[in-house]
Amino acid sequence: MIAILDYGVGNVGSILNMLKHIDVEAIITHNPVEIENADKMILPGVGSLDSGMKRLAESNLIDCIKNHASQKKKPLLGICLGMQMLGRRSEEGVLPGLDLIPFDCIRFRLDSPTLKIPHMGWDVVKAEQSDPVVDNLIGLQRYYFVHSYHAICDKPEDILFSCDYGYEFPAAVKHDNVYGFQFHPEKSHKFGMALLKNFASL
Amino acid sequence: MYSRPRIIPCLLLDENNGLVKTIQFKKPRYIGDPINAVKIFNNKGVDELCILGITITKRNSEISWELLEDIATEAFMPLSYGGGVRTLDDVKRLFSIGYEKVIFDTAIFTNPKLIEDSVAYAGSQSIVASIDVKSNLLSKSSCWIQCGTKNTKDAPASVARKVESLGVGEILLNSIDRDGMMNGYDLNLVKSVVESVSIPVIACGGAGSIEDINKVIQDGHAHAAAAGSVFVYYGRNRAILITYPGEEELKDRAI
Repeated sequence: MIAILDYGVGNVGSILNMLKHIDVEAIITHNPVEIENADKMILPGVGSLDSGMKRLAESNLIDCIKNHASQKKKPLLGICLGMQMLGRRSEEGVLPGLDLIPFDCIRFRLDSPTLKIPHMGWDVVKAEQSDPVVDNLIGLQRYYFVHSYHAICDKPEDILFSCDYGYEFPAAVKHDNVYGFQFHPEKSHKFGMALLKNFASL
Repeated sequence: MYSRPRIIPCLLLDENNGLVKTIQFKKPRYIGDPINAVKIFNNKGVDELCILGITITKRNSEISWELLEDIATEAFMPLSYGGGVRTLDDVKRLFSIGYEKVIFDTAIFTNPKLIEDSVAYAGSQSIVASIDVKSNLLSKSSCWIQCGTKNTKDAPASVARKVESLGVGEILLNSIDRDGMMNGYDLNLVKSVVESVSIPVIACGGAGSIEDINKVIQDGHAHAAAAGSVFVYYGRNRAILITYPGEEELKDRAI
């Protein structure tokens, strides 16, 4: 069972729908008991880092997430803003992140007048390491991105996918049992289904 | 960077929740069940879908929430919705049921604060301004609201700059004159708007073929292309058939 955290920030429905479509059991919840009982957790999110962290705090979910990921070492996946919140901090706001993976987020620094912010649309990624979540993927992998900020990892070994938009940035991160996707697997049809299936099989 | 621009089918919903296609924003023709269309586009791996409730503002009716939820359940691709979005609660509700972007048109003129509030709530990347343009007999273009029934008399480029300053992340630029005509995009209009702002512009209205899409991107410098007829009609007699180009076809046409 995967618990998709509901803290009033965006598109939880589409993640649940895709998991249903690939026959993975999941619930949308902010109930601490249901979260405790789940063997995996997905932290979704859209919008700004401060508003996301504030809502997580107001929903009393910060300790739940840290307990799940740090104490119990159960798989956690952050998506989009949910990934950015896994880091220490972001240029976008003043509130600290969850500090589960050593990275900070910065705004894209682009020189080219043809590259727009946000980085929005489908983009290809490159696997930077071997991992059960990515190892069986064959051919060009495309995912749907919508973001203005991106992670800068302290350690290259925490980068799972890289993507090139003006320069290379981490499109997916991984540190022990904690994963983060900058893109939206739930909106990347067959490519996203393959990834979520792999995460669900961990 | 993966450089292929987005190609976005635009699906129009009428007051009976049917999928329709218009000509110059008029004469809606019933195409079929929107859910069925979304399922087909889903299987074709479409880049993005744009859903527009075209009669809501004009009739002052409510958004078809149940239908929009059903659409989101079937769509594993990015979704945007426009038509009758009147409050920040509407915006929040759209995100919560699985839409990535909210499109504003009439509100650009009647309620710009709602657009600013939506940008503050969800971020620029999730808010789109739809600019609907029609030319008069002297070929002077202006923006129309309420689904092409009311002339604001404002020039497209100045409205584009206005919505950029409100903070929207992209512009959906509709040519009312070209809607449903399948005779190519209005390249001059697209170019003029693209040149006046630094946010992405999605061109819409006039696509009759993949070549037209190629042209609006290469010559019109559109960031993305949206279309209706070309994805729901087949052949000269406009038989209803939902299609979408595959990756190989796009590569062959150099898109």
